[in-house]
Amino acid sequence: MTTLLLIEQVLNGLQSGIMLFLMAAGLTLIFGVMGLINLAHGSLYMIGAFAAAAVAAATGSFLLALFASLVAAAAAGVVIELAVIRRLYDRDHLDQVLATFALILILSEGTRWLFGSFPLYLDVPSVLAGPVTLPGGIAYPAYRLVIILVGLAVAAGLFLLIGRTRIGIQIRAGEADREMIAALGVNISALYTLVFALGAALAGLAGALVGAIQSVQVGMGEPVLILAFVVIVIGGIGSIKGALVGALLVGLTDTLGGVLLPLALGGIMDASSATSIGSAIASMLIYVLMAVVLIFRPTGLYGTA
Amino acid sequence: MLPERMLNIIAFLALPLVAVVAVVVDEPFTITLATRAAILALAAVGLNLALGLGGLVSLGHAVFFGLGGYAMGILASHAQSFTPLDLGFVMFDGTKSMPIIWLVAILVSALAALVIGLLALRTAGVYFIMITLAFGQMFYYFTISWPAYGGEDGLSIYVRNSFPGVNTLDPIQFFGLVFAVLAAVLWLMGRIETSPFGLAIGAARQNAVRVETVGLSPFRLRLVAFVISGAVTGLAGALFADLNRFISPTMFSWQMSGEFIVFIVLGGIGRLYGPVVGACLFVLLEHMLSGVSDFWLIYLGAVLLLVVLFARGGVIGALSKEGAAHD
Repeated sequence: MTTLLLIEQVLNGLQSGIMLFLMAAGLTLIFGVMGLINLAHGSLYMIGAFAAAAVAAATGSFLLALFASLVAAAAAGVVIELAVIRRLYDRDHLDQVLATFALILILSEGTRWLFGSFPLYLDVPSVLAGPVTLPGGIAYPAYRLVIILVGLAVAAGLFLLIGRTRIGIQIRAGEADREMIAALGVNISALYTLVFALGAALAGLAGALVGAIQSVQVGMGEPVLILAFVVIVIGGIGSIKGALVGALLVGLTDTLGGVLLPLALGGIMDASSATSIGSAIASMLIYVLMAVVLIFRPTGLYGTA
Repeated sequence: MLPERMLNIIAFLALPLVAVVAVVVDEPFTITLATRAAILALAAVGLNLALGLGGLVSLGHAVFFGLGGYAMGILASHAQSFTPLDLGFVMFDGTKSMPIIWLVAILVSALAALVIGLLALRTAGVYFIMITLAFGQMFYYFTISWPAYGGEDGLSIYVRNSFPGVNTLDPIQFFGLVFAVLAAVLWLMGRIETSPFGLAIGAARQNAVRVETVGLSPFRLRLVAFVISGAVTGLAGALFADLNRFISPTMFSWQMSGEFIVFIVLGGIGRLYGPVVGACLFVLLEHMLSGVSDFWLIYLGAVLLLVVLFARGGVIGALSKEGAAHD
């Protein structure tokens, strides 16, 4: 285990954490503002990735592909919100879970119908295809580094939007008391549609960015969705700051656990069982982390009851 | 419009009727379909105690389903290969006997439900949904990356396990066995619901503070309900594994948990026979729609969406016009 490898893994963990934050921010906003559990958030991630792959294949431009992912996911978000989601705000969590579960079936199968069952590939833009040498002589893929930077920029933008703008004030006010801000003349249903579209666009962007590292396929959103839920539960539902902290914790735990646990176990048992037991436990590690957090803080790190 | 009791009797008798007709016209596949519906119904009946009566939306009941399945798979595979099961401190022989497998499945899933319940019931609402989901994922990923029993590829059992006096390889006899278990559990659930314990759980769902004022602990009530609920779903898992003669991590997947909830809501939440009707309807839809189109899940999703949005109280509620059974 060299320091170089460790630093590389930390960067990978950061990158996956930042991507998780883009997913989790939308989920937690939608839950915080509207009290809605949206299981179909992962489908918006998938839609973003497919839109990006399709546009990149047609035009060859990665920037256009990214733009397409934002537009497609936001548009899908608006359609879904208008057609289904707005009927669910007043329902209990069970109805929300079920209706959005149904949406997953519809959106996944719809995508399979449009694009077929085979995975698509989205190429990393050629400028970013090579490695970058970081201070200290670490060669790291440029694309992954850019993902970290883009993700951080989006996160900063989101914090400014929520914390400093008029829309952000309305969103936070809606979280606190929806009747009051409706009485103050804010068009609450338009605000909800907007927040939903914003969350969808963030998920779509994450899907497109990650789509160039992994393959783009139906069902790619579900594992990420679960991770994003773990993130917001650890962070505290409704808290953007909690989502950021939770995302980085989960990203780092997930990435480093897979590398470090087998090595650590290798000290006390033979190599092959250390690898199999280590990777089996590592795959459970973030759920263990979540359980531990909830045992000590039942509403998450930054949550309020 | 029919009274609910009548509907329940019809729903309950429909399954064996279908199976018997299938024997007469020699359609073994239909018997298997009915068996599948009965087993899935059993799993959902288990969940319904926590979800319908207790108001605990568990999105992780596939844990118990999977544990029941793996209890069967592990015991039977050791019996198949004549190797003892080494737990480190004790050694067990495998077994192909259903009663023993069922007992192990029930005990293991009840124990898991106790541990998960102790942790998860500290939270409520959406946190509870998420923590149960997380436990499901833990087991799912553990079995995927654990090579001893097939890992991601799952594990096949070549011959169905045995039950004294029953030829389990004969589809209709196996159906009869499964249906008898379902009937027994339904009877038991009916008794639980009307018992002081059942009433207290229902009361804890509606108003936990009042229950506490009366001197009962909502936490303990919910924990007991969760454990019984998990044990029943675990038993269903063992039967499901025997039906397919195959286990895989899919039994632990969160989609599986989602489907159990779907059965309950489709049939009618908080109703004893709701999960039975829901599971039968689901298996029927699955079978019919998959013949219509390769993309039948779209239609299934649409049906489900319509039921959630417009038919509250599920199918039983819609047919008996008595609305939702509670809140």
